[in-house]
Amino acid sequence: MGHLSIILARVLQAAPTLFGIVVVTFLLTRALPGDPAAYFAGASATPESIAEIRAQLGTDQPLPVQFVRYLKDLAGGNLGQSVSTGQPVADELLRRLPASLELTLSALLLSVSIAIPLGVLAAVRQDSWVDQLCRFVVTAGVSLPTFFTGLLLVYVFYFLLGWAPAPLGRLDMLHITPPPVTGFLVIDSLIAREWSTAWSALKQLLLPSITLALFTLAPIARMTRAAMLQALASEYLRTARAAGLSSSRVLMVYAFRNALLPVVTTLGMVFSFTLGANVLVEKVFAWPGIGSFAIEALVVSDYAAVQGFVLSMAVLFVLLNLVIDTLYTLIDPRVRIEG
Amino acid sequence: MSTHLHNQLHNPSLLAVRDLCVEFATRKGPVTAVRAVNLQVAKGETLGIVGESGSGKSVTSYAVMRILDRAGRIVSGGIEFGGMQLHGADEATMSDLRGREISMIFQNPRAALNPIRPVGKQIEDVLIRHAQATHDQAKAKAIEALEKVRIRDAAKRYHAYPFELSGGMCQRVVIAIALACRPQLLIADEPTTGLDVTTQKAVMELVRELTRSEGMSTLLITHDLGLAGEYCDRIVVMEKGEVVEQQDTKGLFTAPAHPYTRRLIRSTPHSAATIRDLLPDDLRTPLPPAVAVSEEPLLEVKDLVKVFEAPSSFIQRLRGRRESGYRAVDGISFSIARGESVGLVGESGCGKSTTSAMVMRLLDSSSGSIRFKGHELTAVSAAQFARTPQRRELQMVFQDPHESLNPRATAAQSIADPLRRLEGMTDGAAIRARVEELAAQVGLPLELLDRLPHQLSGGQKARVGIARAISTKPELLILDEPTAALDVSVQAVVLNLLADLKAQSGMSYLFVSHDLEVVRLLCDRVIVMRAGSIVEEGPTAQVLSNPQAEYTRELLSAIPRPAHLPGHGAQAALVVGAGAA
Repeated sequence: MGHLSIILARVLQAAPTLFGIVVVTFLLTRALPGDPAAYFAGASATPESIAEIRAQLGTDQPLPVQFVRYLKDLAGGNLGQSVSTGQPVADELLRRLPASLELTLSALLLSVSIAIPLGVLAAVRQDSWVDQLCRFVVTAGVSLPTFFTGLLLVYVFYFLLGWAPAPLGRLDMLHITPPPVTGFLVIDSLIAREWSTAWSALKQLLLPSITLALFTLAPIARMTRAAMLQALASEYLRTARAAGLSSSRVLMVYAFRNALLPVVTTLGMVFSFTLGANVLVEKVFAWPGIGSFAIEALVVSDYAAVQGFVLSMAVLFVLLNLVIDTLYTLIDPRVRIEG
Repeated sequence: MSTHLHNQLHNPSLLAVRDLCVEFATRKGPVTAVRAVNLQVAKGETLGIVGESGSGKSVTSYAVMRILDRAGRIVSGGIEFGGMQLHGADEATMSDLRGREISMIFQNPRAALNPIRPVGKQIEDVLIRHAQATHDQAKAKAIEALEKVRIRDAAKRYHAYPFELSGGMCQRVVIAIALACRPQLLIADEPTTGLDVTTQKAVMELVRELTRSEGMSTLLITHDLGLAGEYCDRIVVMEKGEVVEQQDTKGLFTAPAHPYTRRLIRSTPHSAATIRDLLPDDLRTPLPPAVAVSEEPLLEVKDLVKVFEAPSSFIQRLRGRRESGYRAVDGISFSIARGESVGLVGESGCGKSTTSAMVMRLLDSSSGSIRFKGHELTAVSAAQFARTPQRRELQMVFQDPHESLNPRATAAQSIADPLRRLEGMTDGAAIRARVEELAAQVGLPLELLDRLPHQLSGGQKARVGIARAISTKPELLILDEPTAALDVSVQAVVLNLLADLKAQSGMSYLFVSHDLEVVRLLCDRVIVMRAGSIVEEGPTAQVLSNPQAEYTRELLSAIPRPAHLPGHGAQAALVVGAGAA
């Protein structure tokens, strides 16, 4: 079986999952306590005006009718209108998703470039100071919640030292948002040759990225260390050593490549949970991301917005799993056969 | 290189180990694994190190290669190789020597190869490392190395991954890696353990031929005295970290000096006439009287088939295509009479374990019938079988005595498990009494009953497994290679225990094994399987002394059988052996 047909198969397998998510989010949002019509009509609304708003929203219809309407809209690429902002949900998500992705990706890049070498070194020099450092970082990373490290970093680097800019979003007020190409401000301003904008955006990005990176460092470093230890104790490594292969080759080609599989799995998991769960970081740094948008929508029972959020997350996860599966088949020849 | 040769002229031994002591750091303090070992390997010589598990034979070879794991340490002694002192050499020197001057092949060849690197690349790595090839020629040289170990279609196999090759093929690749740089010494650490006898023969003969043609010395480390006897010039016997005897092969077999060597030779099934001959003199009791085999069949298997469906891919399923399955067991029929013990023999993949799993009702058959005491067992699915009364009468002893015990259950709890579940016993005191009775029956000291599996030795764990299987007084006991994981001296005791239990209770045995010598000692009748079918069946003595099928002859001739073994040899002992079992 070739790579392409594996990928095609995975996409097809995702279709029922996506449909299930559509059904479940639809039902769950309807099961939430609170009536959006009553909320938007305000405190002084009469029953008549509430009923009118309800008819506008379509929530007076029976559930199956609402569901069919929702499906029709979805098929046309319409995620509905957000009642709280008055904007189409799709536009809102497209505006905010890049902000979240920029934050998550830069945080992951940072944590991977620290965690993987740290884990590898900790395994190779077991019980040395590197190993102790790894243990410390892992424990600290898991035990400190992101809102705490975030606030601590803001306090030290903005309030005390003044090195970092005010934690107020993606760009300070002095700069104009560059024309969107990728949606990532740093890259977009580089494309537009707005060097000072790029620098400013990067400075804004730094503290929240570090906050998130500290949190994601732990599982990755831990898994790298464990997978490396396992690979180092394996019989094929003994063969490689008995054949006199140089220690760098033994380490990189024989041990590390075999240790990569569980690390990639962990990476995928870490990526998925940080993307949805970095609400706290977004709140601390006033980052206009998708997580804070979803929380606000949920509070006011903004059905369309919540459904749109969950669905877009689901699609992202499916894509992410696809990437991970593809990476698997590239790393491990055994996966190709099992298909 | 010239000083190298010069040294060899003055010192005929290529490798000299002197007073070697190796310690391992454990939580309970240092443990000495190898104590004052002395041995020499001359140029072109094949030296065997023979011993049971824990004898320190592998540790000695790892110390020579200086690849002991982190906890291991050479405490004292010297290792001299071609005039160089290896015990004090730095890592850079050692890594230059390894693979180029001294190579090693290992047990479990599939695990010994990098699972995600094409085998050809793994050979290239060694060639390039030791400057035996440039990047441009590496591929051609790697293919040449594969051809040298007789891998067919070497150019194609170059790209294969270890999981795509059989165990024997993987061992050939490991040998190709080891011999790629034409080392002077090859260390083979249990190179054929876990391989089939015919594969073992092919691999050993390949090693012998390649090392002889290059004038290499070989250090063969094995638990199998027969194997060492057939392929080695000289044999060193190790016990508990010490060398107890060191002789040329003929002398060792004809005039063993040390009592441990004598015991080891005796426990090796080749030379035994009866099962009791395996035991040391002081343990030898008279053979139990043979159980009368009745005419009435206890188990009748007819046209039994097991097809494993090939896992079809998602796309294939969409297109409505299905590949035809793999017929692991292809329409076999046999029967076992009451009181009879039948050996089921064959190489890995022949379907013997699948057959025993279907008879045991652990696996559903695809078609055919299994009648046990007149009941049709296939009428009840494997998943439901535990609820039928036949479950108690059909029990099994598994291959790995360690893996088949719950690591969190004490010996007593493991033995009591079937009593609670199948016999419905609830009274704690009664269960304990029955467990103690069973322990006495299998010769397990009562004070061991409250230990967990990891606190028991291999032989003790085997006894727990047997006690558990016979706790419900089964009429048919399926023994799936019950001694394959045990040392020969322990195997001797367990086989005798099985023979005694059978004599006491009149059980029938279905003894699944790859070892014809063991089957010879224990079974009345033997069934030889190959590729899912029965190729030959008959009384043990007849099949082994006068095999009709070509395949049976091949199996028999592949068993390593040193010419110097005293007494009988398998063929001569057949009549007596079968009559006694």
